[in-house]
Amino acid sequence: MKIELVYFGRPKEHLKIARETADLPAGTSNLAGVLAWLRTRGDVWAQELADNRVRCAINQEFADLPATIKENDEIAIFSPISGG
Amino acid sequence: MSVSIQESDFDLAAELNTLRSGNSKVGAMVSFIGLVRDFNLNETVDSIYLEYYPGMTEKALNKIIAEATERWNLLNVRVIHRIGRLYANDQIVLVATTALHRGEAFAGCEFIIDYLKTAAPFWKKEETGEGSHWLETRETDVQRMEYWHSDKVRKSA
Repeated sequence: MKIELVYFGRPKEHLKIARETADLPAGTSNLAGVLAWLRTRGDVWAQELADNRVRCAINQEFADLPATIKENDEIAIFSPISGG
Repeated sequence: MSVSIQESDFDLAAELNTLRSGNSKVGAMVSFIGLVRDFNLNETVDSIYLEYYPGMTEKALNKIIAEATERWNLLNVRVIHRIGRLYANDQIVLVATTALHRGEAFAGCEFIIDYLKTAAPFWKKEETGEGSHWLETRETDVQRMEYWHSDKVRKSA
């Protein structure tokens, strides 16, 4: 399953990536699974994308870890927001 | 009702003139401006860097404004949020509301800035002499949002 990944805030800077198209391994069906898969890319990924350090959105709506994903979804991964 | 996300600065007087123009029912106009402080958590801040999520951020701000106009009879709302690199004393954000009476204009303005803090996707990095770090959502801001969702406040709206 192909998805678009976009990064903002701390993970964008530390992982040195803003956007990518990813092909998820079979059986990955929710946000928690996407993060778990990304964490296998290496130490810095594992550290930056710990469940309690990131927030997510699916197709530009905030979403929690159990949220289901589908083909071509835009998944955003970011640090906790801090505007204003 | 209008939202802008921009690098450039804004002029309060010009924005308020536009906001109130063409509506002689406006009896109250309230504005809030957030500024860059030169210190935070005992560190001197040289500059901040703000980024946003094009598309989602505008949607989130419009949703916040829609919720405010459902609760209070606001005649008009203007939100401007700056992005990019900003320095001490710079203006970061403007929230302005107009209404028939001051109570609604004050409440709507406060609600929108409180809500923006925890529901609009912006990320702020502080750059100090010691290096830089991304700020996280403040617990006091989360408490402010919970306050607006408490039953007592809902009933008075």
